[in-house]
Amino acid sequence: MELTCITCPKGCVLSVKLKDGQIESISGNSCVRGIEYAKNEVLHPVRMLTSTVRIHHASIARCPVKSSKPIPKEKIFDVMKAIEAIEIEAPVQCRDVVIEHVCGLDADIIATRTFQKES
Amino acid sequence: MKTVELVIVGAGAAGLSSAAAAMNAGVKDILVLEKENETGGILNQCIHTGFGLHTFYEELSGPEYAERCAQLLNNTNVVIQCSTMVLSVTQDKILTCSSAEHGLEKIQAKAIIFATGCRERSRGAIQTPGSRCAGILTAGTAQRYLNLDGWLCGRRVLILGSGDIGLIMARRMTLEGAKVVAVAELMPYSNGLPRNIKQCLDEFDIPLYLSHTITQIEGKDRVSGVVLSKVDENLQPIQGTELHFDVDTVLLSVGLIPENSLLEEAGVQLHPKTRGPVVDERCMTNVDGVFVCGNSLHVHDLVDFVYAEGQRCGQGAAAYLKENASSDKHIDVLGFGNVSYVLPQKLHFCDAKLFFRVKTPMKDCAVIVKSGNKELRKIRKLSLIPSIMEEISLKKELLEGCGKELVVEVKEWN
Repeated sequence: MELTCITCPKGCVLSVKLKDGQIESISGNSCVRGIEYAKNEVLHPVRMLTSTVRIHHASIARCPVKSSKPIPKEKIFDVMKAIEAIEIEAPVQCRDVVIEHVCGLDADIIATRTFQKES
Repeated sequence: MKTVELVIVGAGAAGLSSAAAAMNAGVKDILVLEKENETGGILNQCIHTGFGLHTFYEELSGPEYAERCAQLLNNTNVVIQCSTMVLSVTQDKILTCSSAEHGLEKIQAKAIIFATGCRERSRGAIQTPGSRCAGILTAGTAQRYLNLDGWLCGRRVLILGSGDIGLIMARRMTLEGAKVVAVAELMPYSNGLPRNIKQCLDEFDIPLYLSHTITQIEGKDRVSGVVLSKVDENLQPIQGTELHFDVDTVLLSVGLIPENSLLEEAGVQLHPKTRGPVVDERCMTNVDGVFVCGNSLHVHDLVDFVYAEGQRCGQGAAAYLKENASSDKHIDVLGFGNVSYVLPQKLHFCDAKLFFRVKTPMKDCAVIVKSGNKELRKIRKLSLIPSIMEEISLKKELLEGCGKELVVEVKEWN
């Protein structure tokens, strides 16, 4: 099968040969991250997730967040619901954990911006 | 009226990086003016990741990248004045700006760097027929409302334009619970990065209609539907190919234009293709001591290249302030064949990088830099598309005796 790697903006087109549900070979990559991506994508696809969470007493209404590592593709909308269900308050430091082990996964949801407390 | 050695207009990626570079090159008196109440520019609303791979060797979100840029100036003498709008600039480098804190100010600059970013093309610019009801926004506006203010602008969305902003918003709106019914693209190929087609459209089964455009928007107070039509080779709608979609929102992602309204008054010569100024390899315009970098020079695909350009520009401004060097003898750089534009348009005798875009997608190409009939450099590229800006370096030795004009040509490799 052919897939486009989304790890970096290069977007290499990867060729993956499967046999009996196992990966036989991977080609078309420019770096080792492409191999990792192909393996995951075929066997258990994962995605980085970015969104925003409601924040109080900050300069704007939403604090940008991201998953600390890629999460299983089929869990994305569950994680979006979990993020929407909470609210946080300034001050917040970039990389602060906002939700630990979201939806019981290995990944946390972390803030990607620093906010001072505003009155 | 106060005098400042270097004034930088804009504190986004280009402004911050050029301020840091100028400071590191020895400029002691730098003032950065920013119209928003915080630095970071467009990066603040680009909450997705994919930034910084080349600059910081890490994949960061927009806000994280903005924070790294701001940190370059922490605990330095560079003054950043936010919530300040530059209203006009004269040919003598006098800026007039206004802010609530300082009122109306006039500043005499010895050198100016403009890093004012770009604007989105609007519905008026593409003259889409139909109702002018609520629910029609540019993709970037919808992104700002959603990511900074927390407003989801609609529930059933059609996006016109397959550039990266439209694709990113297709995914973002879908994740927040909206239904993106389709993305329509006028050209027969997409304008966005292939990886964005994959992770924003294919991922969510959002159909992409190439060679289609909106030929009617319906709705009274709010959008209620749109009609898409297929277009022919002349980009004209074909009768009988109409497709109707029930939607309440139309997002437009139909192009970005450098923001240069201040430059013309300052006597800066603009280039018709890039819509930004004509510059040399230090990003200096035809007006001595006036520099431009970032999206206001030409629209970039990756912020890492904006950052690098800001560095070259900051260094160029520092060199100008030190030596008061003027640009007299230079080589003109032109594009030929499948080249849409080349930057810089003027080159001095030094190592240089030339940046260019192609007009139409092409496979297995030759990129040739020549002077008259003499080939100075020739490289092979397997695939070139308009949405990815390319680069070719030239060592200054190659420029020896090269005459008044350099041409960058893209044609088939043979």
